[in-house]
Amino acid sequence: MILVAFIAILMTGGIIAWIAASWSHSASRWISLVTLLVDFSLAISVWMNSSGLEWIEKFSVPWVPDFGISFSLALDGLSLLMLVLTFFLGIFGVLVSWNEIQERVGFFHFNLLWVLAGISGVFLTMDLFLFYFFWEVMLIPMYFLIGIWGHENKRYAAFKFFIFTQASGLLMLLAILGLYFVHKSNSGTGTFDYFQLLGTQIPLGTSRWLMLGFLAAFIVKLPVVPFHTWLPDAHSQAPTAGSLILAGLLLKTGAYGLIRFVVPLFPEASAELAPWAMLLGVVGILYGASLAFAQTDLKRLVAYTSVSHMGFVILGVFAFNQLAMQGVVMQMITHAISTGALFAIAGVLYERIHTRDILAMGGFWGKAPFMGVVTLIFVMASLGLPGLGNFVAEFLTLIGSWQANPMLTIFAAIGIVTATAYSLRIMQKVFLGKWQSEKAMPDLSLREKLIFIPLIVTIIWLGLFPQTVINTVKPMIDKQFKIEQPTSIQNNNGVQ
Amino acid sequence: MEFSNINIVDVLPGIFLVTASVLAMLSIAIKRNHIFIFVVTTTSLMGVFLYLIFYASNHKFNVEPLFVIDGFGTFVTGLIVMSALAVSLLSYAYFEQREERKEEYYILLLLATLGSDILVISKHFVSFFLGLEILSISLYAMVAYLRKRNKSDEAGLKYLILAAFSSAFLLFGMALVYSASGSMDFSGIASYVASNPTLPLPLFAGMCLLVVGIGFKLGVVPFHMWAPDVYEGAPAPVAAFIASISKGGMIVLLVRFFDQINGFQYPVLVLAFACIAVASMFIGNILAIQQTNVKRILAYSSIAHMGYIFVAFLAGGELGKEAVSFYLVAYFLTIIGTFGVIAILSDHDRDAELLDDYKGLFWRHPKIAMVMTAMLLSLAGIPLTAGFVGKFYLITSGANAQLWWLVIVLVVSSVIGLYYYIRIIAMMFEKMEGTDELALHPRLYLINLITLVVISVLIIFYGVYPQGLIDRIRDFLY
Repeated sequence: MILVAFIAILMTGGIIAWIAASWSHSASRWISLVTLLVDFSLAISVWMNSSGLEWIEKFSVPWVPDFGISFSLALDGLSLLMLVLTFFLGIFGVLVSWNEIQERVGFFHFNLLWVLAGISGVFLTMDLFLFYFFWEVMLIPMYFLIGIWGHENKRYAAFKFFIFTQASGLLMLLAILGLYFVHKSNSGTGTFDYFQLLGTQIPLGTSRWLMLGFLAAFIVKLPVVPFHTWLPDAHSQAPTAGSLILAGLLLKTGAYGLIRFVVPLFPEASAELAPWAMLLGVVGILYGASLAFAQTDLKRLVAYTSVSHMGFVILGVFAFNQLAMQGVVMQMITHAISTGALFAIAGVLYERIHTRDILAMGGFWGKAPFMGVVTLIFVMASLGLPGLGNFVAEFLTLIGSWQANPMLTIFAAIGIVTATAYSLRIMQKVFLGKWQSEKAMPDLSLREKLIFIPLIVTIIWLGLFPQTVINTVKPMIDKQFKIEQPTSIQNNNGVQ
Repeated sequence: MEFSNINIVDVLPGIFLVTASVLAMLSIAIKRNHIFIFVVTTTSLMGVFLYLIFYASNHKFNVEPLFVIDGFGTFVTGLIVMSALAVSLLSYAYFEQREERKEEYYILLLLATLGSDILVISKHFVSFFLGLEILSISLYAMVAYLRKRNKSDEAGLKYLILAAFSSAFLLFGMALVYSASGSMDFSGIASYVASNPTLPLPLFAGMCLLVVGIGFKLGVVPFHMWAPDVYEGAPAPVAAFIASISKGGMIVLLVRFFDQINGFQYPVLVLAFACIAVASMFIGNILAIQQTNVKRILAYSSIAHMGYIFVAFLAGGELGKEAVSFYLVAYFLTIIGTFGVIAILSDHDRDAELLDDYKGLFWRHPKIAMVMTAMLLSLAGIPLTAGFVGKFYLITSGANAQLWWLVIVLVVSSVIGLYYYIRIIAMMFEKMEGTDELALHPRLYLINLITLVVISVLIIFYGVYPQGLIDRIRDFLY
């Protein structure tokens, strides 16, 4: 029941926040904040009480029984981590918009909470139809967030985002249906239930096509080069909260889909694809990094760093071993926090100087040292400094992928060097150099400090004690590799 | 032919509709009263609907030789009647605001509904043609109802000429089929077809001409040329009628005819329909992108939607029929709702048909904009709406019949379709700059708002909880 509550609380909170805005804007903000805090504390309490079982909680009622569709939710370590992350970032999503959003406040918070509800649904559902359903539900509010409250080129960006994700999502729907019919013809019962579909015997030829359908949706979302072009536009045009959620959570749904669906449902086909997928990952790492280095728009720059960081995810997922997978999960969390924070900084700067052009910035350290320190920490996280979470993530991923494919791993490791280049460039252009602007540059306010300090604490905590996170997700990873041990890992290790 | 053994109760819906229209006509002769006629219309439609629910739902019978009253027919008749009710509810305010004599409109509406109803239950060429002509002739007048608008006249004429033309095709096709098979009864044709595994030339030619006639009525590519102009010129509620009820009747007839004569045994016919489906989906969606007139966009969109329905039609079987029924419900609700929004926003001078009329609608009339958003999302097939479940049903039936190519075309073309639906939504959410002199000043009637809200609630309800409707469809079909 608590799983339904997670989603229901967000949806009701969204509606109340919308209604409340007609009396007072701050009521709407507080309601959203409280909603998220309630969900967050619920999720934390579930985490505290979770035992080492693979499935912590399950819930299922029939929805459209004629098609074998059920409203089926389940929580394992991975879902739990993602859920905690969703609510955690959601809180900051509300906080960063506190001053930025001044018009249609109610509708904004409605969309914000509903996009989070859709994301939570994606992380929780164990019915493929319902998964597609939530996949789309998170799309519409995000479209509105970008399209209404975005920056100068918002319409184009919102369009592009919508069409890319919708088109790839429909391919996934076709693949889901294909899987449904394969299962139906094998076993006689039509079902969209994940657990029942899991062991479906699919002929390899069909399996390849079906996997490509799923893959289309996930690699567009992740994004993997060359399907990333929606991302810089969407990220740079979205309002701060929108960028935060896009980078922090929406991209993670793609990674989650790869881990949860593509690899377990199509083990052989994905083993076949693995070298190519890893190659794409490495291309993404290097290409994203070099483009990031070339940007002058701060949000675009950070967006391209996401492309680069997400390359590690696909590299790790298709390395097919536990270390890499642990690294991927860490990467999902730490990237969400570090990139989310960088977007928040871009937002904070935009509120003060109304530009995102880093050539118009410089020398802010003197005026706003606290902001400078905060940025430094997250820039260091982004370049993978030991002691911060991202280092653990990328290090684990690289060790894991070395076992699978040393050659590609070498190139991936170069990505960390390039990360240093673009990350330091942010510091250099924005905070160092000469003070050019005549505008006032107040340092972080109390609200803003309240945003960044917990994020800093978390990223350091993740860097120093990653074991808590890894232990949570371990049962799930172990399970996955126990199933695949005989086939895919060995196959894959053979591919060098 | 013997009519004496027909139970009068069996054909009550038709009698009800005819009586209502005669009553309306007589009352005009005595005194013109909009409200009275409106009430007569709505109550008679309600009456037919109640009859269908309480009586016809568990009665299956034939009225030889013309009609078959089965579950499928009853279900779609109910749908048509309810849609006609929704259209008349939306029409009241629309025509009340305009100077034309508005009472005769309801007579035409009732008759057109009757025509569509006859199409749905006919199993004979005579009743088929009869229904079609009752429907078409009423529509000629309805399209041109706002005589003072040039576009309305133009649309009426265009529709008249092209529809008469297509009726001629249809009639000739029927004659050829009759000459080959010696029967005008669907079952008679079926038994002839069953004994002829190859398609004899006269029958083939007849079928081709029938396809032209039917294709015209449905507005599928390549017989779609009339659709945009007629939709643009027709008054918004009439356009809703054309887009939904007049097409629905024809679809059911097509499904019934094809099913009964087992047209699937002829690959050439299947191929022809598949080509029509693919062309409709692509051309409808691609041409819609270039439009700036919302009514024209909807015209092209309905062309595409007919193409989608053809996928389930070609899939055939029970699942195909279910999918067609479900999709018709979703599509009727949505398209009537969309035109309802256009009707409600229109003012005395012109209909709210330009994209610019929707600019910033969300900030002016948030409720109407939300309704319109729900409608457009449903047309686009986004989850939480009936349109999504409908499209899912279509894809499922297509995939079940292994029509992968058609299904993929459906998916790809709906992605193209997204673009223009989203464009309207984006328009509504855009900020208003200053006050526009040309802006429309609609008077909002409560009755329209309530109808629209009910329609949007239904769309979302069926999107979230489709099982109820699926069960209902299955009850009727089997």
